[in-house]
Amino acid sequence: MSKTMTQQEALQEYLLRLADSDMILGQRLCELCGKAPALEEEMALMNVALDLVGQARNWYEYAAELINDGRSADDLAFKRDANRYRNALMVEQPNGDYAVTMGRQFFFDAWHYFTIAALTQAPDERIASIAAKAAKEIQYHLRRSSEWVKRFGDGTEESHQRMQTAVDDLWRFTGEMIEADEVEQQLFKAGIGPDPEQLAADWRGLVNEVLTEATLTPPPEDAWMYRGAKVGHHTEHLGFILAEMQFLPRAYPDAKTW
Amino acid sequence: MADWPLYEVFVRSKHGLNHKHVGSVHAADAEMAMENARDLYTRRNEGVSIWVVPSAAIAASSPDEKEVLFDPADDKVYRHASFYKLPDEVGHM
Amino acid sequence: MYAQLVETGAKRLKTLEEMSPEEREFQLKVDAETKIEAKNWMPEGYRKTLVRQISQHAHSEVVGMLPEGNWVTRAPSLKRKLQLMAKIQDEAGHGLYLYSAMETLGADRDEEIDKLHAGTVKYSSIFNYPTLSWADMGTVGWLVDGAAIVNQVVLQRTSYGPYSRAMIRICKEESFHQRQGYQILLDMMREGTEEQKEMVQDSINRFWWPSLMMFGPSDDQSPNSQQSMAWKIKRKSNDELRQMFIDQTVPQLEFLGCTAPDPDLKWNEERGHYDFGEIDWQEFYDVLKGNGPCNKERIETRKNAIDGGAWVREAAKVYAEKKQQKQQNAA
Repeated sequence: MSKTMTQQEALQEYLLRLADSDMILGQRLCELCGKAPALEEEMALMNVALDLVGQARNWYEYAAELINDGRSADDLAFKRDANRYRNALMVEQPNGDYAVTMGRQFFFDAWHYFTIAALTQAPDERIASIAAKAAKEIQYHLRRSSEWVKRFGDGTEESHQRMQTAVDDLWRFTGEMIEADEVEQQLFKAGIGPDPEQLAADWRGLVNEVLTEATLTPPPEDAWMYRGAKVGHHTEHLGFILAEMQFLPRAYPDAKTW
Repeated sequence: MADWPLYEVFVRSKHGLNHKHVGSVHAADAEMAMENARDLYTRRNEGVSIWVVPSAAIAASSPDEKEVLFDPADDKVYRHASFYKLPDEVGHM
Repeated sequence: MYAQLVETGAKRLKTLEEMSPEEREFQLKVDAETKIEAKNWMPEGYRKTLVRQISQHAHSEVVGMLPEGNWVTRAPSLKRKLQLMAKIQDEAGHGLYLYSAMETLGADRDEEIDKLHAGTVKYSSIFNYPTLSWADMGTVGWLVDGAAIVNQVVLQRTSYGPYSRAMIRICKEESFHQRQGYQILLDMMREGTEEQKEMVQDSINRFWWPSLMMFGPSDDQSPNSQQSMAWKIKRKSNDELRQMFIDQTVPQLEFLGCTAPDPDLKWNEERGHYDFGEIDWQEFYDVLKGNGPCNKERIETRKNAIDGGAWVREAAKVYAEKKQQKQQNAA
């Protein structure tokens, strides 16, 4: 990040991170359509996915207005390549088994919950109102995903093992979510974004509490962490997600409407 | 369903109205039943409150007893206000 | 329609005189349009037929998520993605409403789903056709949901209370599905590129005949219809429903500026209906028997989801038991 980044640029960057994480996790959940482990879960997964893509749309629309270069919310979602995407590495990880799906969801929901709660207090009214609507949805997401983590952790031997493996495998993508870079520091100082230290502490507190209740072992805090999404260096998965998600607008560049 | 028991779902559609039976859901426990009921029966703002009750806990009257249970109320016309004719001069009561 | 060729076990209608007193009382109630409820006495044939019909209908809703799920990850805009997700979610919901109605008849959801996966029960033939382009999301909404609605509107008056109530709820929710589909096609036909317009016509060409097949065989080939009609499980014949659907759909087709792949389709002034060509019944029976383009994939996907989810459901059950035990110990 260049030091000359204006607050406006930092805000645009931050909005894209919020939007992209929502969008990519929503996309991953869409992949599970018709494949959930119970019919009741089809309903729940699609509900969460609908919330996330809806939130993504709100953030993209605001970002498009601020960027103001003629690109629409759809252009931002469907016409940026992976190196321009700013979603957390966590959400682009494959669905795996249902322990991975729910572990990924839980780690993200916990981050999302505290982040959006802080944003409801933002002086920017647009941000505060989008966040206020999202906060209610996310509270529900978090309740569901933390319940599933507990069910698996303290369920059968098999589910415990699967959940512990999922937690261990996904852990390396958690560091980046709760470490603030310049953009997040700048927005915090401007009174818009959450307090990075507080966010990290809240996240760790909640995650430890749920994992402990789930009889799972939290991985060490000093474990090696995978980083890069905030500057567009993703895991190999994102390229394929976008290839699928953006296929139509890319294949039919002349199409003005769908 | 062998895995998850059945719960009956009751939804209060608006403040001031009774909870009304809307159907059932399968769930491992009451919390999940509540969430499943919310996802299934209130996708379009249909509710302000939900009750879930294990189906096994419901005792129901049998249709065969319909006459025994409900016919005796048929001729108790004196339970209805319209049975009592009052002179107009009394006014609304 | 989502239920095709439902076996009733009765080759001939009994007269009132031939019926047992219980059967007679039941039939008179049905004739008087009194709804039958779960705990009422009912002929075993009625119960079995209903379980078959409702489960077939429920399976169709659930399998029907797959052809749309095939495109939900590739929806071309945020708006279309949200609409399609909401529609697919409704379908899962409709499956659940119907399974719930079916369970009031004493049937077990797992058992009925096992039968689906074993290939011993049917679901609507339409979902065995592949969705090959985005326009198919429009066509499926417009033609497939449109055909389903024609049938479901009538089924709101079906004699079995829980089924009827499920249908009322489903009809209320489905009103947006058909519009959503039609709008996809209309937008592409009005403002789209030549390629998009071709995509629409190609999609209609592929789905036209399979949509007409959804209503099931002609009346003279439907040995079970008579009993189902007498029980008011079915309220209109296959051919009547098919004609209703065609009559309402052709003007919409013309408004789109598209054509149907049927040279015999034309308005018959005398009948006051559209005439149409002969359906390829061989194809219908082939698909119904499992030899459609996607039968194998559809069932495999559903079976993998449910079988693969066994450990998930088991874990939730064990966790709930442990929690209950803890609460009891604490009390």
